[in-house]
Amino acid sequence: MMRTMIKYVVLDLIKNRIILVYTFFLLLMSLGMFSMDENTTKGIMSLMNLVLIIIPLVSIIFSTIYVYNSSEFIELLAAQPLKRKSLWLSIYSGLALSLSLAFMIGVGIPVLLFDGTLTGWVLVLSGLFQTIIFTGIALLAAVKTRDKAKGIGVAIFLWFFFTLIYDGLVLLLLFQFSDYPLEKPMIALSMLNPVDLSRILILLKLDISALMGYTGAVFSNFFGSGFGMLLSVAILFLWSAVPVWFSLKQFQQKDL
Amino acid sequence: MKICITILFLFLFTDATAKLWRVGAGQQELSIRATINKATDGDTIFIYPGMYKEGQLIITKKLFLKGIQYPVLDGEQKVEILTIRCDGVVVEGLFFKRSGRSSYNDIAALRIADCRNVIVRNNQFESGYFGIYSQHATAAIITGNRLQSDAKDEVSSGNGIHCWKSDSMHISSNTVTGYRDGLYFEFVTNSYIKSNTSYGNVRYGLHFMFSGNNSYISNVFRDNGAGVAVMYSKNIRIQNNLFADNWGGAAYGILMKEITDSRVEGNRFQKNSVGIMLEGSNRIQLFKNVFLQNGWAIKMQASCMDNSIEQNNFYANSFDMATNGELVLNSFKKNYWDKYEGYDLNRDGVGDVPYHPVSMFSMMGERNASSMMLFRSFIVGLLDKAEKMLPVLTPVDLKDHQPLMKPLKL
Amino acid sequence: MIIASNVTKTFGKLKALNNVSVSCSKGQTIALIGPNGSGKTTLIKSMLGMVVPDSGFITFDEHNILHNWNYRSRIGYMPQIGRYPDNMRIGQVFEMMKDLRKNSTASTDEELITAFGLHKLMHKKMQTLSGGTRQKVSASLAFLFDPDVLILDEPTAGLDPVASEILKQKMMQEKEKGKLILITSHILSELDDVVSEIIYMQDGQLKFHKSLEQLQEDTGQQKLAKAIAQIMK
Repeated sequence: MMRTMIKYVVLDLIKNRIILVYTFFLLLMSLGMFSMDENTTKGIMSLMNLVLIIIPLVSIIFSTIYVYNSSEFIELLAAQPLKRKSLWLSIYSGLALSLSLAFMIGVGIPVLLFDGTLTGWVLVLSGLFQTIIFTGIALLAAVKTRDKAKGIGVAIFLWFFFTLIYDGLVLLLLFQFSDYPLEKPMIALSMLNPVDLSRILILLKLDISALMGYTGAVFSNFFGSGFGMLLSVAILFLWSAVPVWFSLKQFQQKDL
Repeated sequence: MKICITILFLFLFTDATAKLWRVGAGQQELSIRATINKATDGDTIFIYPGMYKEGQLIITKKLFLKGIQYPVLDGEQKVEILTIRCDGVVVEGLFFKRSGRSSYNDIAALRIADCRNVIVRNNQFESGYFGIYSQHATAAIITGNRLQSDAKDEVSSGNGIHCWKSDSMHISSNTVTGYRDGLYFEFVTNSYIKSNTSYGNVRYGLHFMFSGNNSYISNVFRDNGAGVAVMYSKNIRIQNNLFADNWGGAAYGILMKEITDSRVEGNRFQKNSVGIMLEGSNRIQLFKNVFLQNGWAIKMQASCMDNSIEQNNFYANSFDMATNGELVLNSFKKNYWDKYEGYDLNRDGVGDVPYHPVSMFSMMGERNASSMMLFRSFIVGLLDKAEKMLPVLTPVDLKDHQPLMKPLKL
Repeated sequence: MIIASNVTKTFGKLKALNNVSVSCSKGQTIALIGPNGSGKTTLIKSMLGMVVPDSGFITFDEHNILHNWNYRSRIGYMPQIGRYPDNMRIGQVFEMMKDLRKNSTASTDEELITAFGLHKLMHKKMQTLSGGTRQKVSASLAFLFDPDVLILDEPTAGLDPVASEILKQKMMQEKEKGKLILITSHILSELDDVVSEIIYMQDGQLKFHKSLEQLQEDTGQQKLAKAIAQIMK
């Protein structure tokens, strides 16, 4: 049943004009970045910013708006013999799949063509995680706030928080407590923000790790180790699942 | 090379009384030691393939030892295999294996002590403590040797080519790997070090101190534990070398500590944590070098003065420069910086606004290492942009007044 | 068939349903009427499980509908406003519903689709349709699976008179088959021929539940609209 639902959500979304524009924009950006620099590392660097800023933004805002715009349709579906759980998860999966597809066509394939190294793969994986995670956060934002305008506001704020405010707070903390050894708390702090976590994973693969001096050594020893890698990926999975799980709990009790 | 050939001719043809000895299974002599004892000044000893375990051999006569197809001299991990204590000795084509180790004295596979014009040529060294050790030697030629050891840590290992209180040395085309320091010089002067390759050593690829008036040309130093470190020396010429892949918390393409009146030209620094680290170094000319994909291309402590950085190319470095002070007494001119975002209205190839190579985040990283966690984050990008418009943290005077619009052809 | 017992639901300060008990049986056609905000839609949504009551319970064929979803395969629901994914074609919407409910019934009732002429518009995208056409799609979907219960929220609003008449005919026809039909509507005059029972709600409370005859008798009015007007006075 869920598969049928997902199929129709995806069918609807891949014809969505915004998704098409988004795909095309990503493709243009990635091709542009790779053709501008003879050095693919620099291309990857520029794409990293795209992956860590634009992808979360589009994923969270598009998904939020989509949920609000489909509220009547969701109501209609809720009146059908379907479990609320499968209904909600289908919408999530459909959104995540369509946005991931757009990302894969726009960024994934060019990156793997131009730079099939491990770094490229890490970048693509990070992008996919960002897409999935921020779609989930969008769903939580949308299910928590009834008002559409307010919901979109919350979504934009969350994006702002994860890409900018959080790092600003970390920076403040760093300089407030600069007399203390902060390497380990830093690792913990970077785990709490999926954007930071992905950024560090990409940077470690770009071999910038070593430049970070002593801290970098702590970082690369941690994230570079099998355990650290595994933990990071596990945390990213958690980030993909937990907001959706909360949104699901909320949706199951929600009055439509 | 010319010198070698001349000496070779001297040995083979001009000395009428010179004798040729052959050592090896089925040859006239079986023992190298016995042959050395029997030989006289000017004699030649051919050593044929085989395994020779003869303890420490000390040469006090002017002999030419030539290995045929690399006969093996095995030190059985106990002794210094060969010690040269006479001028004009030539050692060629030998395979030194398993020389001794000691924590009391520096046992080497081959030692050149207190003599002149020794030639050590095309030998191979495997698994030992020190490789070639020169003390109080003058005008020795060490060329075409291949040294390979298996050092694990700094404490229990020796250096590949180690020179102490030597002068006018000529060290070229050697390959050194797996030692503590690949090349080590202390109180070595007027020497010429060319086309050597030093890689995979646990500490430094090249390490020297109190060694002035030397030239380092076209060598390759890559993938060494801490890169290259040179200290307390004057009048050094470092030209056309490659410093690459030295990654780590305290690894440098080259660390120059209290080096003065020197010239660093035409080198390539690639993928090092820090390309060049300058500490208390004055009057150094950094000219026509390429800095590519380093963490920091240049780190210059505030204790450096009157250095000039001209016509270098900087590409794809995470940071172009870092410094720890406000006052800047060095000059930057006509470099190409790939991060430069200025314009060139009169189209003379030189940017119209100066370039500030020190970014705010690079300063921040100097003060608080943990802030590197935020490297390349959105907020840091914004702060860097803001700092460019209104400098607060970065030294205002550290700038290239004539940044080039296009990279130099180097 | 559907029994609500002491159902109460509040949204913030608003009491949308206040201790409502109602019983709907097979073969009845019930008009659910009352002023705006009287709780009609909330009652319907409670029956569909879209709104969970604060207290009280609702049973469908003597089974509590709470945490149950299977009973909805026996209900056809036509919402007040029908909106569908923009990029889907009409045909795809029907396809999808069939896909989603394929286990519930074997045969489908496509009479309304043909009657509304939708079969000629199957390739049209939902986003290009007028509100009326969308209502037609919603109505057709409600009847598509030949369900035992039909819940129609303002079915004739937005429909042109011809389409309205077609829908009414269809309702009569289904009523003959002994189905339970629940309708909310403002336009009472249209319901005269169809309705057998009246539920009147006001301020979240159930004012009365009477058969049409009873109401006519009580008010002395033949026309439903007039009878209600009399009560509301």
